[in-house]
Amino acid sequence: MLKNRIIPCLDVKNGRVVKGINFVDLKDAGDPVEQAKIYSDGGADEICFLDITASNENRDTIYDVVEKTSKKCFVPLTVGGGVRSVEDINKLLNCGADKVSINTAAVENSKVVVDSSKKFGSQCIVVAIDTKKNGNKWEVFTHGGRNNSGIDALEYAEQMEKNGAGELLVTSMDRDGTQVGYDIDLMSKISSKVNIPVIASGGVGNLDHMVDGIRLGQASAVLAASIFHYGKYSLKEAKDYLDSKGIPVRI
Amino acid sequence: MNVTIVDYKSGNISSVINSFKEVAKDKVTIEVASDLNKIKSSDKVVLPGQGSFKSCVDALNKIKGLTDTLNEFAITNKKPLLGICVGLQMFADVGYEEAETKGLGWISGKVSKIDNQNGKYKLPHIGWNQINIVKDSKIFKDIKNNSHMYFVHSYEFIPNDKKVISATTDYSSNIVCSVEKENIFGTQFHPEKSDRIGLKIIDNFINL
Repeated sequence: MLKNRIIPCLDVKNGRVVKGINFVDLKDAGDPVEQAKIYSDGGADEICFLDITASNENRDTIYDVVEKTSKKCFVPLTVGGGVRSVEDINKLLNCGADKVSINTAAVENSKVVVDSSKKFGSQCIVVAIDTKKNGNKWEVFTHGGRNNSGIDALEYAEQMEKNGAGELLVTSMDRDGTQVGYDIDLMSKISSKVNIPVIASGGVGNLDHMVDGIRLGQASAVLAASIFHYGKYSLKEAKDYLDSKGIPVRI
Repeated sequence: MNVTIVDYKSGNISSVINSFKEVAKDKVTIEVASDLNKIKSSDKVVLPGQGSFKSCVDALNKIKGLTDTLNEFAITNKKPLLGICVGLQMFADVGYEEAETKGLGWISGKVSKIDNQNGKYKLPHIGWNQINIVKDSKIFKDIKNNSHMYFVHSYEFIPNDKKVISATTDYSSNIVCSVEKENIFGTQFHPEKSDRIGLKIIDNFINL
């Protein structure tokens, strides 16, 4: 039976781990390579790096981080943030990333998703959707949550599947950093709209939120940053808890 | 001893390289090559594969003489070869991803899309799934039945002769996830991404 995945995410800025609260107010908290290794030894099903300020700054630090991490961690490594082109994706994959997540570039130029999934295979193309509720619809935001594209997130998700995305990483900006739980309504709506796996992100504050994200939100995987990073729960505790609730996990 | 990972410019093989180097340490030389002579002189060969069946076969055929060299290595000389993911799928006679495409024909059978039962199962089949070992395979030494392996694929290999199957995994049906036919080994899952247990499979192959 296929297991639901728990994916710790490390937000990286200038080669250091940080985690934003609603995308601002960053705290510095560690070396990404060591942190990733701790997670992979602890039973992480995948590791995710998000280079949060990459759109504006020198990206070379992330290549170095990815290269070092991939020599130490033997679980899948997803890298996103500031990925603009097929060439950027190629470079990250060559450094040892297994999947690359594309956010702003997928909105601005859907050809990036079409071309990269053809070139490298859908299995390594994750489209990251940052979205916020506006009235009764969710709108897609770009540039690390700064710009509203006005695009409907549900329609967009469907379009990205057609364009060749292998997975969708859906972040509720309303919930991100709040620790009140994933936006279940959003996750379940997107998950039932597409036939590719959905990774739920934004808002997890306790382990019941993970159970809900999978069971009610129908997410194939749950992404979390702060609750692991600041030691609130270990991966083992998370997995044991999900297992006790009847969620299939790899133990 | 040396093991060559065939680099035929199809998809991302850095994880395969990293994992083999991690396991090999200084005992075994890991080479990455598309050079025919290098492959011929190897003790073992790894054939990775990412992307579609067609794109991988096309990429193999683009390198003049590579298919012949692999045939000679695996079929004529019967030296150990491990195919990973689409590398395994290419053992088949034919694949149906993108367009009907002829495979290497080493293990008779076909590669078709996983039946997702009208959307009941998401595709690709991504994540950790357990393997059901149905035959003693040399690469499963010290690997427990029901171990978790990391999968990413939408197509499955269906061999004609079920005796080659060494493990299956349950996703909508019993999907073939490992084969062994004499000197030819293949895994649909990614041992290079399957944590310590995956590295053990790589170790088993290196130590054959």
